[in-house]
Amino acid sequence: MIIKVLGPGCTNCKNLERVTREAVDTLGLDASIEKVEDYAVIMGYGVMSTPALVIDEKVVVSGRVPRPPEMLELLTPATT
Amino acid sequence: MTVIERLPTSTRGRWFTAAAGAGLWVLAYWVNGWLWDRVLYDVLGMNPDDRLTETIHFFVYDTIKITLLLTGIIFVITVLRSYMSIERTRALLGGKREGVGNVMAAGLGVITPFCSCSAVPAFIGFVAAGVPIGVTLSFLIASPLVNEIAIGMLFTLFGWQVTAVYIGAGLSIAIVAGWVLGKMGVEKWVEPFVFETKLGGQVIDSSAGLTFDQRIQMGVEEVGTILRKIWPYLLVGIGLGAVIHGWVPEDFFTTYAGADNAFGVLVAVGIGIPLYSNAAGIMPMVQALYEKGLPMGTLLAFMMAVVALSLPEMILLRRVLKPQLLAAFVAVVGTGIVVVGYSFNFILAT
Repeated sequence: MIIKVLGPGCTNCKNLERVTREAVDTLGLDASIEKVEDYAVIMGYGVMSTPALVIDEKVVVSGRVPRPPEMLELLTPATT
Repeated sequence: MTVIERLPTSTRGRWFTAAAGAGLWVLAYWVNGWLWDRVLYDVLGMNPDDRLTETIHFFVYDTIKITLLLTGIIFVITVLRSYMSIERTRALLGGKREGVGNVMAAGLGVITPFCSCSAVPAFIGFVAAGVPIGVTLSFLIASPLVNEIAIGMLFTLFGWQVTAVYIGAGLSIAIVAGWVLGKMGVEKWVEPFVFETKLGGQVIDSSAGLTFDQRIQMGVEEVGTILRKIWPYLLVGIGLGAVIHGWVPEDFFTTYAGADNAFGVLVAVGIGIPLYSNAAGIMPMVQALYEKGLPMGTLLAFMMAVVALSLPEMILLRRVLKPQLLAAFVAVVGTGIVVVGYSFNFILAT
């Protein structure tokens, strides 16, 4: 699984990355987490509100940081 | 565990929790002044007319009061604004001409939830949707200038007239400044990559599909995030306000920056632009200065200069705007604020 955290490096972008890493560790997923800071790439996903989370090239969250339980749910369907 | 999971699940239980929360808030707000009177005057035996006592009272009372106000205002505004999004605003503004577009952009700038860290993608997204540069600038000016926290606090501290003037003046500045900059033909002063970057695929609406629980959760989190971020500004602001309240002689400011002083507003804006604070941090000072007889127009101009024009925002905008346009931006907005300050002082004086 490839997870991308889109955001230019604001506080919430760092929060999103942290929550994502924690969820990946909790679920024991085999996933690569990549940070994307280039505006052109971010916009390429149709995202205007940062931070955003992309799982396997699909935008699942934009403009907010989900709580850990929601994050676990977001990552779970991908495991099955 | 999130706040939401701790709430009762039945509708009745939820209404009860909401009512209890609101009740607690009102009680705390109401008991605040009485409590500090008792503690300082009765328990500690301090003299109410002593300057030091007045300063300490202002500080502790205002710290609690403003924290309570902020908590209430941020929570309510965040939940309400979660129904609006920058993507929706973009769709509304797409294809709008200048003029009508500027007016709409300024209004939407006030109600759209917007973090200055999203300024660059928002700018590119607007331009890609065919929104004229001047209209985009109206949005980017109104967003920090007419600050929802400032609206809430002005309303509770000074009443609806001052609040209405603040909103009206802020919107006018955003509309006129954006329109003027648009007329200057500033496209050549926008960094070329803005026009080259394409917004790919389906634009994601960040507000769509949220449950009501998630919106409440966002409200709770936003209160925490903002308070954690601004508490140093808040304490410094309240501290300065307390010192002004207790120690600055009554005629000090009116002599140097009163309504008769032709340079009062200019000086206030000149001091305000390089200062970086939050609307909430500046409010205790505005309140203390107003008590000392400074005219409201000067104070509004000062507040607007602090919140609308700041170095961190300039650094962000610099990524999309060339230095010439950035300079024009500061000049036009700064001039607007000065004009508003003088007009309001003049209206009040007559």
